[in-house]
Amino acid sequence: MASAQAAIVGIGATEFSKDSGRSELRLAVEASLSALTDAGLEPSEVNGLVTFVLDNNAEIAVARNLGADRIQFFARTSGGGGGGPGCIGLATMAIETGRADVVVCYRGMNERSQQRFGQPSGYAGAASSISTQAVDNSWTMPYGQTTPAANMAQSARRYMFQYGATSEDFGRVAVTQRAYAMNNPNAFFYGKPLTLEQHQASRVIADPLRLFDCCQETDAGVAIVLTSTERARDLRQIPVRVAAAAMGIGPQHHNMAPVYRDDIAAAPETRIVGEQLWARSGLRPTDMDLAMLYDHFSCAVLMQLEALGFCQLGEGKDLVRGGELGPGGLIPTNTNGGQLSEAYVHGFNGMAEAVRQLRGTAVNQIAGARHAVATGGSHVPTSGIVLTVD
Amino acid sequence: MSTPTSGRVRPAMSLDTQFFWDAAARGELRIQRCQSCGRLRHPPGPTCSHCLSFEWDTVAMSGRGTLYSYLVLHHPLPPGFDAPAVVGVIELEEGPRIISNVAGVDPATLRIGEPLEVLFVPQEEGWTAPQFSRPAVHDGGGSSRTRL
Repeated sequence: MASAQAAIVGIGATEFSKDSGRSELRLAVEASLSALTDAGLEPSEVNGLVTFVLDNNAEIAVARNLGADRIQFFARTSGGGGGGPGCIGLATMAIETGRADVVVCYRGMNERSQQRFGQPSGYAGAASSISTQAVDNSWTMPYGQTTPAANMAQSARRYMFQYGATSEDFGRVAVTQRAYAMNNPNAFFYGKPLTLEQHQASRVIADPLRLFDCCQETDAGVAIVLTSTERARDLRQIPVRVAAAAMGIGPQHHNMAPVYRDDIAAAPETRIVGEQLWARSGLRPTDMDLAMLYDHFSCAVLMQLEALGFCQLGEGKDLVRGGELGPGGLIPTNTNGGQLSEAYVHGFNGMAEAVRQLRGTAVNQIAGARHAVATGGSHVPTSGIVLTVD
Repeated sequence: MSTPTSGRVRPAMSLDTQFFWDAAARGELRIQRCQSCGRLRHPPGPTCSHCLSFEWDTVAMSGRGTLYSYLVLHHPLPPGFDAPAVVGVIELEEGPRIISNVAGVDPATLRIGEPLEVLFVPQEEGWTAPQFSRPAVHDGGGSSRTRL
């Protein structure tokens, strides 16, 4: 038993836009200051920093711009969009072990206006050094499987083939989440409805995936502040305790294209995460009041529901057909609109939504919500957290 | 629908994978084999994930397989492609899966499980892309292999 427990005590974000007009560093710092204000903590109290490997904002740059002069702990998670809950997990370990007292997890990116993902260069690896990622990419990119959507499409196709799922089922995920975003003033698609017919008429991106199966690209910063549950008692917000955190890499993983494993119509990395989350938290899927599942693509929500144990393999499509992801359903999912309809900030905005739900301050508030699960992206090295209010 | 012969993302080759591309340039589809337990593995790597042996050689495949999954990338068109890229996951009859283009087909007619066979398309940048197409219909005399 760890001597201390960790709680999320502050969340902060910039606006979600397609062109922030500000540096990524400024977005990260704005979000961090916003989260510290939310918590009622001084920036000088920050002594831990956590972000993604691929965040462009170095810890030294964030620390000096926060005026944080004594950083004791800094760490990063790999795996792109899989890493969000992993950041919370690293911060939690630092607090539980006494390595840090106040940790800011941040993600600042101009993903739409500056560095867009899925833009391959002419060569899969730099001439002077050959990374394993470049070598892995060489089995896909030369043939035109160059984008995240293309990688996901191979898995989506098998999911349809093996379980009788359809493009409409993927569309129902997008439509359900858009309905949540309709009430969320911070969502890019606030007030803009989406019908299944519009989903089906949207252009094909990577067949079988259509435009509205794909997450947005967003410029934004989001930050989340953690400290010990003991310290949290004196702070401004209802503490949201990290009941469990976990990471996972599945069998035979190759970048975002793990097509060599036995079953590609599934998210085994998320299953590895889920099994740890339930074991460590002592909670079960049926205890969850909501799920914030990383929706880089609509189909991944269905595979993650299965991997986490909300249903059996192949039954995710039945949950969304039955309206079980919507308000009042079995497991309300991505209640801010998700990355499909609120914003794409590598899952950090989804974790912030879980915190709002447990504080009781969400726009689509689930009455009496006490437990939430949040995941990083499937089909990449991933992570998850279970959050709870006592 | 022909496939590009220039402008594609060029593969990075390591000491673990160079043999694959060298073989393709000779018109061979070669796959790594563990010399300890005999299992085939693709993509290639330094060890066998089953028995952890570093000892390996390579085996020429028949070039025949079946379509396991596929996508058609419409947007954005990848480097070198001026039409949507048809990318299959092909399960070789010897077992391993491999990703490559399925050439010369209307993607609307593709069916999971249908037979495919390898062909080799040299690239202007000096490497060769193994690809797959539907087996040519044998009429008793003509060429049995499509050349694009």
